[in-house]
Amino acid sequence: MSDILFGLVAIVIGVAASYGLYWLLNFIISLLPERVRLKSDWLSFLTPAAVLVIMVLVAPLFQTVVWSFMDDGAKEWVGLKNYVDLFTDIRFLQILLNNFLWVLVVPAVTVAFGTASAALSNQVGPRLESIFKSLIFMPMAISFVAASTIWSYFYAYVAPGRPEVGLLNAVVKTLGLQTQPWLMMDQGRLNSFLLMAVIVWLQVGYSMVVISSAIKAVPEETIEAAQLDGASPWQVFFNIILPQVWGTVMSVFVTVLILVMKIFDIVLAMTRGNFNTSVLAFEWYKQFFENSNIGPASAVVTILVILIMPLMWLQIQTARHQEALR
Amino acid sequence: MNRITHILRDQKLGSALGMLVLVVLWSMPTLGLLITSLRPSSVAEISPWWEALFNPLSTVWTLDAYQNSLDSGMLASLINTIAVTVPATILPLMIAANAAYAFTFLNFKGKEFFFAMLVALMVIPLQSSLIPVLRGMVAFQKAFHIPLTGTYASAWVVHSAFAMPLAIYIFRNYMMTLPKELIEAARVDGASNYQIFWQLILPMSVPALASFAIFQFLWVWNDYLIAFVFVGEQKAVMTYRLLRLLGQYGQGWRDVAAGSFISLIIPLLVFFGLQRYFVRGLLAGSVKG
Repeated sequence: MSDILFGLVAIVIGVAASYGLYWLLNFIISLLPERVRLKSDWLSFLTPAAVLVIMVLVAPLFQTVVWSFMDDGAKEWVGLKNYVDLFTDIRFLQILLNNFLWVLVVPAVTVAFGTASAALSNQVGPRLESIFKSLIFMPMAISFVAASTIWSYFYAYVAPGRPEVGLLNAVVKTLGLQTQPWLMMDQGRLNSFLLMAVIVWLQVGYSMVVISSAIKAVPEETIEAAQLDGASPWQVFFNIILPQVWGTVMSVFVTVLILVMKIFDIVLAMTRGNFNTSVLAFEWYKQFFENSNIGPASAVVTILVILIMPLMWLQIQTARHQEALR
Repeated sequence: MNRITHILRDQKLGSALGMLVLVVLWSMPTLGLLITSLRPSSVAEISPWWEALFNPLSTVWTLDAYQNSLDSGMLASLINTIAVTVPATILPLMIAANAAYAFTFLNFKGKEFFFAMLVALMVIPLQSSLIPVLRGMVAFQKAFHIPLTGTYASAWVVHSAFAMPLAIYIFRNYMMTLPKELIEAARVDGASNYQIFWQLILPMSVPALASFAIFQFLWVWNDYLIAFVFVGEQKAVMTYRLLRLLGQYGQGWRDVAAGSFISLIIPLLVFFGLQRYFVRGLLAGSVKG
């Protein structure tokens, strides 16, 4: 009970204080002479956000890059040692390979499923469409951790002789095959692909909703003209609709790509990076929270940032594109 | 055979069938865990959940697992999650709306450059700054004897900061669509920027604020990493407790299942209740990771 009270008080004080802060900043600015005031008004609006971003995002980012050239305790300079260690470690190369597989598979599969379900839902009338969309979309409200419990149960393995609880193994058994501890099987990276299924499951809804709104914006005349010419539904979709929504499909692809590069929670919750399923963001977690190695952890995350850099450019392009649309 | 292909050719029916397959695939995993959480412990571990699905009437249904879960800490975690989430949704909203006003209606040097930087920051993984922020907080604690780590407030600050790029981006995009003449008219009438923001722009931006609020709410509610690093064990949030449960072998699926669904109730209510705003936000580009 006292926790609830404390929480409520904290919420009120927090919000009031932030309002007070803006009032105060405005008050200080208003004391300045008119000519200075008109030119420095923007400071009272921007300062709190700028302080937050610089102190919590930008400065720490540079600090991390600096620490990546230092030892485990971030005390001595070690030059490129952390990077050399990582790239000569077969385990780390496996991690890079895993990240590469995630990036290769997940965005493409997610966008394909998203486009397919957007196209399907567009054909069945508004009532069915909204029910269908809600069900596919629902996983977006689920945390990565809860999704992991849901899917761990789906993949669950029990010792032979006991009744199955996992649906996947039950299906396998019905087909007359041997049940397997799926998440431990790294032959052909099978377990990594099973983890990827979870992210696809979570993200298809997003991809469907965005692509569906683009499909609805396709001019009706172009579709009708094709139908009059005798085009089949498939031809209409691939030759008329898809080319017109391609820009949207690509922007969804990039968004999922960025998300997947940073994939972390699923791996932590489902396998703890064991059985060859680790990825860069998880390796960072392991190096810091399990081994307390600041230098190597910083090097891992710096590599991740460098790999993600080209996507920044894409992000800025997308933003420009969106702005041009307005 | 000819008839089947004919029926499949029928667009509407074919699409409905395809949808049905997808929906079944998509709901199966969740349904399994949900059913398990509703069965008595004596049967949940020995009989598969689909048996209950096929004989719903002869199955015993119970909320025991939920009672258990709430009593063994989930209720405290639910409160912790709310205490982290609500301010971590409201604070960035206020701060970002102010900043977006400056980026939309005011002129200053390097405006376009700073905005491009902000957009670029949306891509940066949060892992890249957590260790320095954590160490900075620990150093501050030692120097001034004010506890930071392990408190809600540290999570509010970090969540607010990470929300900034996306929130400012969305709000600015929205504010740019507001009629400029209105602001000009207010200026002519002698209103200060402070008044224009609070009395004119903020009320007009409610749709954008709402869609970002839903998005940020779900994000913070579902976050594990920031809660783990900055709030931790003392005020364990639900994702934190769930992950611990999942890691303990022999814990039994039923308790994990009930815990998962307790953590899902509020986000699902928010989600289904306000889906329209959420979708609008997504279409405006609100995705982060």
